[in-house]
Amino acid sequence: MATEDHSEGLVFHPMDQFMVKPLFGGDTVGMLTPTNVTLWMAITVLCIAGLFVFGTRGRAIVPSRTQSIAELAYGFVHKMVEDVAGKDALKFFPYIFTLFCFIVFSNMLGLLPKAFTTTSHIAVTGVLALAVFITVTAIGFIKNGASFLSLFWVSSAPLALRPVLAVIEIISYFVRPVSHSIRLAGNMMAGHAVIKVFAAFAPLVLFSAVGVVVTPLSILAITAMYGLEVVVAFIQAYVFTILTCVYLKDALHPHH
Amino acid sequence: MELAAAAALGKYIGVGLSCLGMGGAAMGVGNVAANYLSGALRNPSAAASQTATLFIGMAFAEALGIFSFLVALLLMFAV
Repeated sequence: MATEDHSEGLVFHPMDQFMVKPLFGGDTVGMLTPTNVTLWMAITVLCIAGLFVFGTRGRAIVPSRTQSIAELAYGFVHKMVEDVAGKDALKFFPYIFTLFCFIVFSNMLGLLPKAFTTTSHIAVTGVLALAVFITVTAIGFIKNGASFLSLFWVSSAPLALRPVLAVIEIISYFVRPVSHSIRLAGNMMAGHAVIKVFAAFAPLVLFSAVGVVVTPLSILAITAMYGLEVVVAFIQAYVFTILTCVYLKDALHPHH
Repeated sequence: MELAAAAALGKYIGVGLSCLGMGGAAMGVGNVAANYLSGALRNPSAAASQTATLFIGMAFAEALGIFSFLVALLLMFAV
């Protein structure tokens, strides 16, 4: 599909920005080829490490700017885990905080011009979501044994309805990793594609008279969409994390 | 009409139709936000504790719209 001819339409294709390319030339992407995804994931990890290494180095009572950002992020996720999943879920706080940091940083870094948004690929978010799904299911069975299955047997419903509800509950349980990963990737991809569609309309003033109207409007639209994308980048990381907490709560306390 | 051309036509019509699902998700998310706002204005002191529920509700409503997006993507790139 990438080879499709689109020379007559927009100046560039809005999906071109999501292409995975090898960093050092060549055009085959193998298992171990360093690509732009590798590069931007490395930058993400370096940024997170930098924030927390420099943020916690001073350990000042009156925090510096970096330290307050690190403390704010820590406190925000800590409170979220405690409120949503309960006190006994705090054991899994490091994992959830890692997820949150990785997603929020790669979303935000993806907004830089010329950057690559790693979370816009279902391959990346799918791994994150599957890891959550497998971890949570394993925790559920380890903590509760076979009584974890009572998650699917809604004991507050009338007895006749319970088998029907069980089927629905099982389907919705297995759809979780799908919706969990596609929500993040879809939001990121859709937002960036919309920005690129407007960006492709922006140079129209060079080719036709309609551009006098279209170009300022599309530049305005890019600005507005960019503002929205900054919010979406944070909210999607928040939603991913809070849903992880909800799933964790279900695993720790499966009884309705 | 050739078979391949007809298949391509059907594919693009299907992609366009699957975008209608976004309208449903829009109504769902709007409904969640509207009800949250009307509840929050009636009892502002309880609003702050419910923002997490708001986002979870929005995420669930949005997920179904994203399934339609997924169908569109599958039709475009996989079929």
